[in-house]
This record gives sequence, C-alpha cells and structure tokens, in this order.
Amino acid sequence: MDHLRPVDSGSPSDDGEPGSEPGPAADLADLLRRAGRADEAAFARLYDATSSRVFGLALRVVRDPAQAEEVTQEAFLEIWRTAGRFDEDKGSPYAWILTITHRKAVDRVRSAEASTRRDTTYHQGNQPIDHDTTAEAVQASLEARRVRGALKTLTDVQQEAIGLAYFGGYTHTEVATMLDLPVGTAKTRIRDGLIRLRDALGVGS
Amino acid sequence: MTTPNDIHALSGAYAVDALDDIERASFERHLAECAECRAEVASLREASALLAETTDTAPPAALRDRVLADITKVRPLPPEIPETHPVRSRRGHGRGARLLAAAAAVVVLGGGAAAVWQQPWQDGTSEAPSATEAVLSAPDARSTSLDFPGGASATVTHSDSLGQAVIVTEKMPPPPEGKVYQLWLDQPGEGMVSAGLMPVKADQKVLLTGDAASATGAGITVEPEGGSTSPTSAPIALFDFGAKA
Repeated sequence: MDHLRPVDSGSPSDDGEPGSEPGPAADLADLLRRAGRADEAAFARLYDATSSRVFGLALRVVRDPAQAEEVTQEAFLEIWRTAGRFDEDKGSPYAWILTITHRKAVDRVRSAEASTRRDTTYHQGNQPIDHDTTAEAVQASLEARRVRGALKTLTDVQQEAIGLAYFGGYTHTEVATMLDLPVGTAKTRIRDGLIRLRDALGVGS
Repeated sequence: MTTPNDIHALSGAYAVDALDDIERASFERHLAECAECRAEVASLREASALLAETTDTAPPAALRDRVLADITKVRPLPPEIPETHPVRSRRGHGRGARLLAAAAAVVVLGGGAAAVWQQPWQDGTSEAPSATEAVLSAPDARSTSLDFPGGASATVTHSDSLGQAVIVTEKMPPPPEGKVYQLWLDQPGEGMVSAGLMPVKADQKVLLTGDAASATGAGITVEPEGGSTSPTSAPIALFDFGAKA
C-alpha cells in the first residue's frame, strides 16, 4: 500500500545540514524547523534561546517554582512534538512558543487542586486582589521597558484585565467579577487593551 | 463596538486563554470559518507574547538536562498536512482553515461525551466486512493517514478499481454529546457528498458510501445527530486521494 504519511527523518543528524552551524543568533524559526526534523542539537539551542522567557511566564502564572519547572518541561516537550507544525506565515516563533507555554500554565492553575488553593488565597485577601498588573514586573531589559511603556497607554481597567487574564490565568468571567465589571465587559476590555498594546508595539499586522 | 453576544468579541480573551472550555470550543468552531478573527487572534498573540518579556527568569540549570532527556523519548509529529495533499479550496477551507479545524478537533476529540450509536449501514452489515477487506487488499489500494492530537488516528484507503473507500480509525474518542462524525466524499463538481455516519466506536473499519473512484478526497466533520446533507462545520480531517491514474 502506498502510505502517504510523511515519515520523519529519524536520525537526529539527518542529511547533514551544511557543516556551518548558524551563529548563536540563528533564527528561532529555523531552529524550530530543524527540531521538527528531530534535530536535538537545534532544539537544545532553541531551549537556550527561549527558556528564560518560557520559564518566566510559567513562573508568573503558576507562582510555585517547582510547578513552573514542570510546566516548562511540558511546554518544551510539546514544542518538540509539534515543531514540524509551526508555520511562520501564521505568527512569530515566540508567539507560537509562548502560546503553548501559556496554555500549559493556565491549564495547570485551573486544575482543581490549584484553583482550590488560589480561591482560598483570594477570599482571605479579598481586598487587595492579587493585582498582577505588569507594572510590578522587575525586569529592566530594553524590550521589557518598551512593553511597559506601551502598557501605560492602556486604561487602568484594560491593564488590570489583561494582567489578571494573562498573568493570573483567570477567565474573562472571573476577571469581570474581580474587577466589578458587568458580566461580558471584561472580554471587551481585554480585547481593546490587547489591540491597543499591539498597535503601540507595532506587532502582528 | 461589539455587543456582548458577538462571538468576535471573544478574540482577545481567546488569545490570552481567558475562555472557559465551552466558550473556547465554540470560538474555535467560529475561528475555522472566520478569517478576520484568525488574523486578529494571531496579531493579539503577538502582542500578548511580548508581555512575557517583562517576566524573563532563567530556569534552574538542571531543567535543561531534564528537557533534553525528555525529547529523546518523543517522536516529533509529522507536519499537519502531508505534502502530497494539495490545498483545495472548493468550500473555502484553505490550509489555514484546515489547520484551525485540526485545532478545533483537539477540543472536539477531547470532549469524551457519551453519544448515540449510529448505524446507517444496517442493511449491509453482513457484507460490509468482506467489502471493507476487499478494498483494503485491492491491488490499487491507496491509503492516507492522519493523526489527531490525543493519539487517535484515521486512515482512508480507496481503490479506484472497486470504486470504494474504507476508513479505519484507532482510538477515536466519541463525538460530543448530540453530535456524530459524518463521512464525506469530495466529488468533482458537487463538493462534499455524504458518505454515511461513523458508528461510535474507537477502533473500526467503515465502508464509505458513494463512488470513491470519482471522488478526489474524503473528509470527516462533526454534525448534529442524524447527520447533515452537507457539512455544517469545518472538517476535522481531510484526506486527499491524490492525482488520478
């Protein structure tokens, strides 16, 4: 039978990409493509280039360093497994990688155990909601400063809604309750805020 | 401004994973049909990804070893669309729609709800097994396989000489409650023509009804119970029969 399923190249060092390894700044898209062909060395370099971004996001969402490590591990395994499906025409490598990471992190905090713990914290604290506004972030990289500058162009509610959704892992319905917004308006704040952020940063069309 | 019920308004919450499972499933179905939302989600993900620049934190060194050990045990998935499958756009489902449909399939296939047994081949059950075997062992049998997230897979084998096609599935989760998997043959000039409903069974062999020799491909969609006369949702799988001999 004529099996049409593509067969992966199998051997990690398959057809010997021309010996000249690209420099350390080899672009992530290329590393992903090679990872999709089971190139473990390329994947190691992808890890080195992106792991602090991935781990930092996971840590921010799940809070617990041990769990953040697990989420990072899961995310990279998924990145490895699906690298061949990355399509540069649909988005940047970072957006793709962090989408996977964020989803894993959110799944983690929404699991029953984590949500119990979180709810307890929330009801105890109640007043100062764990405002995960990005203004608290400590990183001082140039890019981070640029992002924070762009965040300042958002309204307070937009910033808070995005922070609670993205870094807090809360659903828009939960965000609405936490911010005392009418049901159904948090999603609009999140969307409007992201659009403003996108336009301020000049990314994604 | 969008109204609260406007599904387009969920794009931002979807981009930052702020939808519950049900909203996410319905938004993903919408995404498969709405190029505008697909583009918006992609752009908002670019923006939200930048938020992570404010949280950079180097992981412990030992994590690197664990990750690199992990991957040696996992085979990367093949590309979503085998290169032997040219993009077709008869129904407006281009490659992007197909990828998104596959993404939606994660939700659909992960649903795991009980479903009603459907057996549209009741009158032919006695001969169905031999008919399926005949197709599978035909000298001109040609197969196309697709893997779904979650470990399910489906293979469509067709024989032009017999004019029939068979789908073989493995570990197929049940469709969402009140829904069925419906099979389709892509007939030139007619589009997707129903080829029957799939019985709810994880592993099975099913003969597609209709002329597989004239068809250019087959597809699976999730349809309301009882099936539809034409697809009402984006396919969760498309199988291209390739060039005719």
